[in-house]
Amino acid sequence: MSGPLARWHSVNLAVACFALDPAAVGGISVRGRVGPVRERFEAGLRVALADSPIHRIAPSMADEALYGGLDLAATLETGTLRQTQGILDREGVLFLPMAERVEAGMAARLAAALDTRADLALVAFDEGAEPGERLPDTLSDRLAIHLDLSDHPLSDAPALEFEMAALVAARAALPSVSVSDAALEELVVVAAQLGVHSLRAPLQALAIARASAALSGASELEEQDLLLAVELVLAPRATQIPEQAEDVQDPPPPPPPPQDESADDSDQPDPVQEDVPTEILLEAARAMLPPDLLARMAAAKANKSPAGNGSGAKRTGNRRGRPLPPRPGRLGGGARLDLVATLRTAAPWQTIRRNLTGDHTRIHVRPSDLRIRRYQEASDRAIIFVVDASGSSAMARLAEAKGAVELLLAEAYARRDHVALVAFRGDGSEVLLPPTRSLVQTKRRLSSLPGGGGTPLAAGLKAAMELAGLVRGKGMTPSIALLTDGRANVDLSGAANRAQASEDATQMARVLRAEGVPGLVIDTGLRPTRGLDGLAREMGAPYLPLPRADGQSLSRAVDAALAP
Amino acid sequence: MKDMKRPGPFPFSAIVGQDEMKRAMILTAIDGGIGGVLVFGDRGTGKSTAVRGLAALLPEIDAVAGCPVNSEYVSDVPDWVTLLDANTVSKPTPVIDLPLGATEDRVVGALDIEKALTKGEKAFEPGLLARANRGYLYIDEVNLLEDHIVDLLLDVAQSGLNVVEREGLSIRHAAKFVLVGSGNPEEGELRPQLLDRFGLSVEVESPKDLDVRIDVIRRRDAYDRDALSFCADWEGADADLRGKIVDARKRLGSVDADDEIIRDCAALCVALGSDGLRGELTLLRAARALAAFEGDAKVTRDHLRLVAPSALRHRLRRDPLDEAGSTARVMRVVDEVLG
Repeated sequence: MSGPLARWHSVNLAVACFALDPAAVGGISVRGRVGPVRERFEAGLRVALADSPIHRIAPSMADEALYGGLDLAATLETGTLRQTQGILDREGVLFLPMAERVEAGMAARLAAALDTRADLALVAFDEGAEPGERLPDTLSDRLAIHLDLSDHPLSDAPALEFEMAALVAARAALPSVSVSDAALEELVVVAAQLGVHSLRAPLQALAIARASAALSGASELEEQDLLLAVELVLAPRATQIPEQAEDVQDPPPPPPPPQDESADDSDQPDPVQEDVPTEILLEAARAMLPPDLLARMAAAKANKSPAGNGSGAKRTGNRRGRPLPPRPGRLGGGARLDLVATLRTAAPWQTIRRNLTGDHTRIHVRPSDLRIRRYQEASDRAIIFVVDASGSSAMARLAEAKGAVELLLAEAYARRDHVALVAFRGDGSEVLLPPTRSLVQTKRRLSSLPGGGGTPLAAGLKAAMELAGLVRGKGMTPSIALLTDGRANVDLSGAANRAQASEDATQMARVLRAEGVPGLVIDTGLRPTRGLDGLAREMGAPYLPLPRADGQSLSRAVDAALAP
Repeated sequence: MKDMKRPGPFPFSAIVGQDEMKRAMILTAIDGGIGGVLVFGDRGTGKSTAVRGLAALLPEIDAVAGCPVNSEYVSDVPDWVTLLDANTVSKPTPVIDLPLGATEDRVVGALDIEKALTKGEKAFEPGLLARANRGYLYIDEVNLLEDHIVDLLLDVAQSGLNVVEREGLSIRHAAKFVLVGSGNPEEGELRPQLLDRFGLSVEVESPKDLDVRIDVIRRRDAYDRDALSFCADWEGADADLRGKIVDARKRLGSVDADDEIIRDCAALCVALGSDGLRGELTLLRAARALAAFEGDAKVTRDHLRLVAPSALRHRLRRDPLDEAGSTARVMRVVDEVLG
């Protein structure tokens, strides 16, 4: 099972399995940008799903659209109660483009709908470009089939083919496919060996295997059915390379199954020796593991989906905070009607409208009278720590930054802080911790941090600035705390060139200032470093020499300097 | 679209393993005063399944038919209700889902806009809190709930009374419910104030044992293939459990807790440095409910030992620099104090 054509064949089978019983499979998660390959896939999907209604939904859909609600305009017009129907009230298959943009709250709503409804399935088109941009785990866990079309060549993607009559026959045969205990056990064992912790996965694999058997007209699961289930369901979720049986007894703390199938160029997983009963399946699974599994396993620590972090990042501004004067608008999206203001607006027109309509018994309110409540609210603060992890002396700094991050987080709820951590060393920088409020996640992420190498100060600032932009986009106010001893010796391109490095760092500092990101420069050198206060000036940030800082004093200093 | 012939949810007693979660839920069913369960853990570990199963397991309640807040007696029906049907009927214990997208209006109830605008009447439309009275309020992904809804819930859960004072309405009604929350701590922590409101907390994880996992899959598969007959197979077990819960409720008042046990509770909480007295009270209540469930006449240290992690682990002061999880901390102290 390799080669793009063979993979496309599996995609074809996957769609057929899904079409047999969409709700039992739960759905498909497709990774890949918009393009001809994805279009062919979607076209095929529509052919196969000819029997079920398809609804397209958007990642940022308002609750009113999802669940339905009062159709105020129509209600006012007719004087009788009119409801709108929500998308989740209908049966069928939901198509969700731009699925990587789905926020945790929306993901949870969709997940709840998938859980409680036996006539709903979801196809999520994950168009993420970066490894960290992907469908939230809450949803991907519920979608049985995971496909990655991102690097699929168009020449190896002919139109998907289905024999509709065979599909109908297979659908009828589906309930009578029997599953032997051995087959069921094999799937569970393979899932465990691949480090797939969720118990949904083996069930979904079973559903696929069953559908595959029905498609081939068999009354019992055969090896090829199990293989397909492993390929479509279990292998993409793998978090470890199958090894010997004892590893199953003590798997590592369940890391979230990394679904980002981005193609990093990286080492192939090393073949490992095996002596387990479900030999063939495991062997196949190993062959089907995403080629970049090792890289992903390492990256999974740092590149957690930003959509899943913390809470309260969005500030819609119509629910709480300081009240502002009401304004005209329409109900929906959680907006609250300011009834008094609405009636006040409508009041002067009553006589006119009564005479116009001839109806003297009711209050005439028109959609244009509606007034919506608004509130103003301070947005959350996100502190981005940029930590110098270069050389041996900086190792201590990293530990202190760690301590400060955890201390700030411990009180994050009261102060509305999100904390992120960027480390720079060697020839580049790395986002170790995307903005988060979760202590659990942080601890997991911070447990092992690398150190050593040169000081690519500019690269660190650049990463921090990109992160700041991201944070702003999510409605938070970023500020940057830079911890360094200041001697930049690696430039932006990663070359060891002291003059260019310092030039680049100054440049980046100016950009930060222009972007209006407030900052703080903490000098962690044993004695104040010349030049670092200059850098702070370029950044427009206070300069704070703090030799021998511990986590406590660091957190206090940062808090004082960056107080909103 | 709800189908009336739809089979019941996955039977509670058919859930494999997850004993601590099941025990915690049963204890709140015995003594609603324990104050709710928080279930934190990995995806796909049966959190929601357990809650939905619990709903089917619980004994029915007697309630006035026309009352939106499930009052037991006509005298308890709030005065703003125009009672159309004053008969007492048996209803299943309400288990109300609080969806993440719920607006404040939907949670506490609000002016019935439809009536206000179409008929010009001022009427109150009860919200989810009204429906959850005398039952359960279930919040999936509780850590993603918007802060203003959380504030609201805190207030009502504390007072057992829902007060609505807005848009010219002045309404109050009883809202006593057991809060059940579930979530994944990776997606954000829960505010300490809300944590504290949950009586018990449970951490679930995917079973590590292969045989257990196979068992889970086998049962779930059987349920998925033929839910009706699967439920029928487990009806007996569910009925037994229901019987035990009903018995335990009756016995609850007569279960003794002597001074030594109360001293143990206090010693545990002091040793753990948990804030407030809520820890002791919950610990004692949960231990008593457990004793009643197991048919014992007295609360013993064994009961305490079994419920202490659930009752206390979420009340510890957060220590970001302590690497050991709070469960380990509780267990350590339990071993020290109870010997």
